[in-house]
Amino acid sequence: MIMIFGKPAPLLFGQLLLGIINGSFYAMLSMGLAIIFGLLNIINFAHGAMFMIGAFVTWGLLNYLGINFWFALFLSPLIVGALGFLLEATVIRRIYKLDILYGLLLTFGIAQVLQGGLTNYYGSSGVSYDPPDALSGVLNLGFMYLPVYRGFVIFAAVIICGSVWFLIEKTKLGALLRAATENPSLVQSFGVNVPRLIALTFAGGVALAALAGVLAAPLYSVNPDMGSELINTVFAVVVIGGMGSIGGAILTGFALGIIEGFTDVFYPPGSAVVVFVVMAIVLLARPAGLFGKAA
Amino acid sequence: MFGFSRAQLFSFGIMLAAIIVAPFIFYPIVVMQVMCFAIFAMGANLLMGSIGLLSLGQSAYFGVGGYVTGYLVQSMGFTPELGILAGGLAGAALGAVFGWLVIRRQSIYFAMITLALAQIVYFGAVQDVNVTGGENGIQGIPRGALFGQLSLNADLSMYALTAVIFLACFLLVHRVIHSPFGQVVKAIRENEPRAISLGYKAEQYKLIIFILAAALAGIAGATKAQVMGIETLSDVGTSTSGLVVLIVLLGGIGTIFGPLIGALIVVAMQYYLAPLGAWVVVIQGAIFIACVLVFRRGLVGELAYRVKTAL
Repeated sequence: MIMIFGKPAPLLFGQLLLGIINGSFYAMLSMGLAIIFGLLNIINFAHGAMFMIGAFVTWGLLNYLGINFWFALFLSPLIVGALGFLLEATVIRRIYKLDILYGLLLTFGIAQVLQGGLTNYYGSSGVSYDPPDALSGVLNLGFMYLPVYRGFVIFAAVIICGSVWFLIEKTKLGALLRAATENPSLVQSFGVNVPRLIALTFAGGVALAALAGVLAAPLYSVNPDMGSELINTVFAVVVIGGMGSIGGAILTGFALGIIEGFTDVFYPPGSAVVVFVVMAIVLLARPAGLFGKAA
Repeated sequence: MFGFSRAQLFSFGIMLAAIIVAPFIFYPIVVMQVMCFAIFAMGANLLMGSIGLLSLGQSAYFGVGGYVTGYLVQSMGFTPELGILAGGLAGAALGAVFGWLVIRRQSIYFAMITLALAQIVYFGAVQDVNVTGGENGIQGIPRGALFGQLSLNADLSMYALTAVIFLACFLLVHRVIHSPFGQVVKAIRENEPRAISLGYKAEQYKLIIFILAAALAGIAGATKAQVMGIETLSDVGTSTSGLVVLIVLLGGIGTIFGPLIGALIVVAMQYYLAPLGAWVVVIQGAIFIACVLVFRRGLVGELAYRVKTAL
């Protein structure tokens, strides 16, 4: 057996794969958080709950309506996005003038309602969802075995992150969003419906979380706590990457997933905390995060 | 007296009477839990009210206080008062380390970093099975005897100790706020650059408040561990941090009696609504939303606003 750094190569590659997969979810979620924070100036604590709802909607579409994974990939983000649009229009809109912390508290409450509500119906152990037939099976890469679905998740995450980055940094719509982030009243005076833009941004951000939730459904158990477990790590990722940088959020997400994976090989007890330790170190060296502008 | 206004003195009298009567009307364990969470919330209230910083990681200090006390009393034969003291000191020590790391950050950064640091403590508690018992927690912590003499096994004896600790913390916090130190802290909250230009080292003042809040959380966790006889992972988890923020928000940020009223409602809700299962979480979330949208002064804050005095 080939050994690398005193560890068997398949183990190392296996953990690398797991790390990249976790990193995919960190990247997709922290990207949505960064987009929402940029325009709404709100840290969306309900982001993990939206991810979880996305997974549950996917499960529900299949089990109640017989709609398969591929349609869920579009439908679930659409449904959760609509939910986000409604939330913004009814509740979140009311607190823009308040201290930034109230947004955090409000979304924390929303997350609790969603999480508690689903726990009542599905219990905390949750339900399971099988990957679509076309993506089941295992691929032999020569140096390791790759479950096809896991490969698909990484591929999808890279495509999603890449296109969102392109949309925001390189297109006219993205320029409009960035302008509204910079100076909303000026953009409004040019005839842009900024409140509508803000609502749609929130909807888009949570739809991204839901899309990640669809991808996660076949990988993890679909349970009400799946989002809250992830969101704490994602917050650390956002702090490390620096707020408001989309590219930074994506890179940091993947990098930390990989670091986590390797920590699991060399020092298993450390894998759960390594992200937070990295965060503490980064904060001491670069208070604004790796890609952030000075706060 | 103690810098109390007349209305505050009146309220303090009512509170004293309520503390004396309560164990004969309600289940003493529940009332003790209310007081423990009120101590916990007084610390968080200092952070939120006095220096305007929201911590989402207060459970770290609460849990560490509980674990330290539970371990020392059960395995090292500490007496309860020494155990609780050690719990408070452990909370303060952890607060000093984390505070040093985080105190320069503002607003949401502060909130997210405190949350992340608390996660380190949580996973530490999960893995350090020899001290914390991991998933099982520390079970069967003996209440022991105060100073090695007075047995605390009867609920009313334990109640008396808890009430004394609560009142001591209450008066301490009140004294701190109304001291010259507290006035400087207030100045820093109102206008930090000006306070700095007057020569006050704002960060040191904030750090002291942060450590004090952590110490109160430690004492609260320690006392709760002694009252309940168990210490589990849920005390270091994120939901406990959320709970204390809810208590402060519901009672009224920056009020003196808010933490007690908030703790009373939240603990009573958890106790009496327990048969509803996870609906309690939904109700808590709904209260969060209501507090933020329409009720930002909180219960005591609203009352104080109506009668136009600070409570």
